[in-house]
Amino acid sequence: MSVSGPTVESNMRDLIAASRPAPNLHRSPLELRALKSGILTALTWIGALLASVPLFSVIYELVVAGGSRLNWETLTALPPSAFETGGGFGNAIVGTLVMVGIATLISVPLGILAAVQLAILDPDSKLTHTVRFLAKVLTGFPSILAGVFVYAVMVVTMKTYSALAGGVALAVLMLPTVVLAAEQAMSMVPKKMKDAAYGIGCTRTQVILKVVLPTGAPGILTGVMLAVAGAAGNSAPLLFTALFSNYYMSSLTEPTASLAILIFNFSGMPYDNQIELAWAASLVLVLIVLVFNVLARLVGRQKY
Amino acid sequence: MNAHSEMKVAAEVAAPASLGIVMNCQLEKVFYGDFLAVRNSVVPIEKNKITGFIGPSGCGKSTVLRSLNRMNDLIPIFRFEGKVTYHGQDIYDKKVDPVVVRRYIGMVFQQPNPFAMSIYDNVAFGLRLNGFKGDMDERVEKALHGAAIWNEVKDKLKNSGLSLSGGQQQRLCIARAIATEPDVLLMDEPCSALDPIATRRVEELMIELKEKYTIALVTHNMQQAMRVADTTAFFGVDISQGSRTGYLVEMGPTKKIFEEPEQQLTREYVRGEFS
Repeated sequence: MSVSGPTVESNMRDLIAASRPAPNLHRSPLELRALKSGILTALTWIGALLASVPLFSVIYELVVAGGSRLNWETLTALPPSAFETGGGFGNAIVGTLVMVGIATLISVPLGILAAVQLAILDPDSKLTHTVRFLAKVLTGFPSILAGVFVYAVMVVTMKTYSALAGGVALAVLMLPTVVLAAEQAMSMVPKKMKDAAYGIGCTRTQVILKVVLPTGAPGILTGVMLAVAGAAGNSAPLLFTALFSNYYMSSLTEPTASLAILIFNFSGMPYDNQIELAWAASLVLVLIVLVFNVLARLVGRQKY
Repeated sequence: MNAHSEMKVAAEVAAPASLGIVMNCQLEKVFYGDFLAVRNSVVPIEKNKITGFIGPSGCGKSTVLRSLNRMNDLIPIFRFEGKVTYHGQDIYDKKVDPVVVRRYIGMVFQQPNPFAMSIYDNVAFGLRLNGFKGDMDERVEKALHGAAIWNEVKDKLKNSGLSLSGGQQQRLCIARAIATEPDVLLMDEPCSALDPIATRRVEELMIELKEKYTIALVTHNMQQAMRVADTTAFFGVDISQGSRTGYLVEMGPTKKIFEEPEQQLTREYVRGEFS
């Protein structure tokens, strides 16, 4: 066959091509594919809405039931006794803040050190794999067992319930969350950034302190905040360690009030005053966690 | 193939310029684990010149470059046999601290890799590391001028280094590398992630930089080697032992390597007959 010049065959091909109608590119909404897409999109929306129903209904209920009792007195006064009116839970707010503070002071430095080991120093050894696995197991650790463990280790030996023991029990629960989040954040720091630091003459320590930690800071902070939020609302580990107190704490080695235990105690009482306070305390607890989260976002957001 | 004779060729070609040799890489064997990656290559780097490393993929040109400031030490299974002399000292000597080596022999990488910091802090990073006490602003400005990026960033020194375009990021990385005034700059395919215009700017910059620094440049782009390199080292891959081992085939003035190379392999490669 000749390569160039119009042949009968190529003329025929051109004719057929010219007689073909232009394709219709318009959307046809009743097509099966479009219908499926519409239905599935609607389903995902419904799923998302359903998933947020519990959250919003809890917040709504808290604001309606607890908001009315939220005032300076409830934030500062001591818990009322049985038939008393008024009162508040100032001591429980202080107790919760102190114990979460202790837990943060213990778990964050330890957790970040562990994460440096897991993410950077030795990311692939047997020890690292074991530690990583154990940390994951520990995230699902029943919180009441953390309380019982610290009861045996600290409360029994110190012969008293204390804020210290409560803080340690919360730290046990926070630690794996901090470790895993910090490891994740640090291993996401691109290798090329670390190479740049080595290439400019950084020691390994300098690479970690000046590049990896600052670059991973937002992720680490998010993990810490998750852990703090979890710890602040946890009552089970405090039952055996900090117990409760009707007074402001005067030392770290005495039974200490916390919002979580106060809510637990008061919500089961047959007195309206206490039940109202339990609602207000729940709202305060949620607000504390919220404030910490917002602060962490502001402080830790990626600046560059 | 006779590696020994080729090594001799390389050494002879480089011999006339020996007066200004800053670094001399006398590599015998480089291993990654049991894998022999590069063998028998003598690569002298001359002062205030650009030495280009070319060759097909897997020929070990990047490995050789990264051996020059001990960047490969970061790979645990890496092993270097031979010597790299820098001002008469073997940088692989047990007494030598690789961290200190890297402060004199800077590096620019294939991918632009600014830190997640401001433009200013990126450049000041190395100076602060070295405990620089002088006028930081002046040195940062000088480095940014040196990297031909000052006019583009002078009004936004507080912005993130990551907000710049790829070509600007690479010039920022060059500014960061020259801020501490190293002796030698190792550039590992610095333009491979850049578009042609940005590439041209970085090439012009390299030619300016060689006035003050000594540059070793790995490039995949033969035209780039022809445009900027004074001396070119051509590496090949030896697959005769059933493995893939890189070695220096030939080294000499760029014009000679591209126009009248002594080795058949070089001729085929620069003509584009294989890659």
